[in-house]
Amino acid sequence: MTVIEAPQQRSAWLSAQPVALIRENARTRSITLQVPGWPGHRPGQHLDLRLTAEDGYQAARSYSIASVARGDLITITVERVENGEVSPYLVDELQVGDRLDVRGPIGGHFVWTAEQGGPVLLVAGGSGVVPLMSMVRHRFEIGSDIPITLLYSLRAPQDLIYGAELAQRHAAADGLQVLLTYTREVPAQWRGYRRRIDRAMLAEAMGPAGPEGHAFVCGSAPFVEAVAEPLIQLGYPVERVKTERFGPSGERT
Amino acid sequence: MTNVSRGFRGRQQATREDTRVPPGQYVTTEFPVLSAGPTPRTPLSQWDFTVEAEGEREPLVRWSWDEFRALPSEAITRDIHCVTRWSKLDTRWRGVSLDTLLDAAGVELPFLVAHCDGGYTTNLPWEDVTGGRAWIVYDYEGQPLAPEHGGPARLLVPHLYFWKSAKWVRGLRLASQDDPGFWEVLGYHNHGDPFKEQRYDGD
Repeated sequence: MTVIEAPQQRSAWLSAQPVALIRENARTRSITLQVPGWPGHRPGQHLDLRLTAEDGYQAARSYSIASVARGDLITITVERVENGEVSPYLVDELQVGDRLDVRGPIGGHFVWTAEQGGPVLLVAGGSGVVPLMSMVRHRFEIGSDIPITLLYSLRAPQDLIYGAELAQRHAAADGLQVLLTYTREVPAQWRGYRRRIDRAMLAEAMGPAGPEGHAFVCGSAPFVEAVAEPLIQLGYPVERVKTERFGPSGERT
Repeated sequence: MTNVSRGFRGRQQATREDTRVPPGQYVTTEFPVLSAGPTPRTPLSQWDFTVEAEGEREPLVRWSWDEFRALPSEAITRDIHCVTRWSKLDTRWRGVSLDTLLDAAGVELPFLVAHCDGGYTTNLPWEDVTGGRAWIVYDYEGQPLAPEHGGPARLLVPHLYFWKSAKWVRGLRLASQDDPGFWEVLGYHNHGDPFKEQRYDGD
């Protein structure tokens, strides 16, 4: 396996303040945080977020970063885990001007920057799209022409996040292709995929380039298993398939 | 620097008082899966386990699957703690103590690296894996260990964060120098004691 970068130095907890809140869907919202002293991050990395109650009790969780590094502003996208301790507060209660703490960035494996080259196949299950969105945004931010295909599996139309942005970037037809598949319920007049991701769908998403470049798979553990295995069968070398799994109680967005 | 988050109360009252649960962890009854790559699937007929030492061309010892399963095993019940903040209490395993394996190898060096199918590595000091503190386990809760949880066999070092309990383990390499493993090079703590909250480099 390839080591991408030297170890990061100790990261301290930094004070963070929400400056923008965007409702992505009924269960999910994006939170833009202003974090003075944020050291920057690479697409795919995550952060630890900590809440402190009046009585001093603290709870911390990891969340994927959805944005590119842009000064001291970072955006996370959080999905509410029912009966969760942290995510319901972030999705339903947090307001602009509140305070919390973050540290990071964390993780140096599930990372893609344009220097690594392409093409790139991104495969998302549900909220697994979040760290992959950071990679998509990075490509646009630096004006890269590396081809990226995002294959994004959703149960139903109301689960979609980043819908407008993805549609817009796809329509620009400059090398980002977005393929959606709906597994339970499809939008009206839907002509696209309507099944779980399988080997045939992955082969189509790879296109004529075949198993070249890098593949990133993010979603629930069963989703990642169901995608990574056929990618290997289709010829991707194991070291070029990077995965991030959200445990059922992991609250990783 | 700590900010009080307006309106946040938290709910795991029991966790606050339970000294079994390390700081910053919450208890789960699930068994989340976290791995950096695809799940390797090595047939048992091709599986072996070796202990190597620096300066030795050949492994000191090598066991096939059947030979490994014939080694004396023990039942282990321990709490486990993942750096992603979940802890799971009283998990039950069966496997072979590293004391047994390292005794058979007959060489003592201060550090070792566990290496795995899929290329994962993790480094451990000798003193953390001897004296009944580490095992190679192949059963979980009375069943063969599932591939997504590291089957057919994984390292179990329950007193350290769970990334040290390498999945799909195939061998140990003994060395005189410490050689940081996969996550240890990528910014995670070199030792990983959950009760000291040694999550990341510098903690």
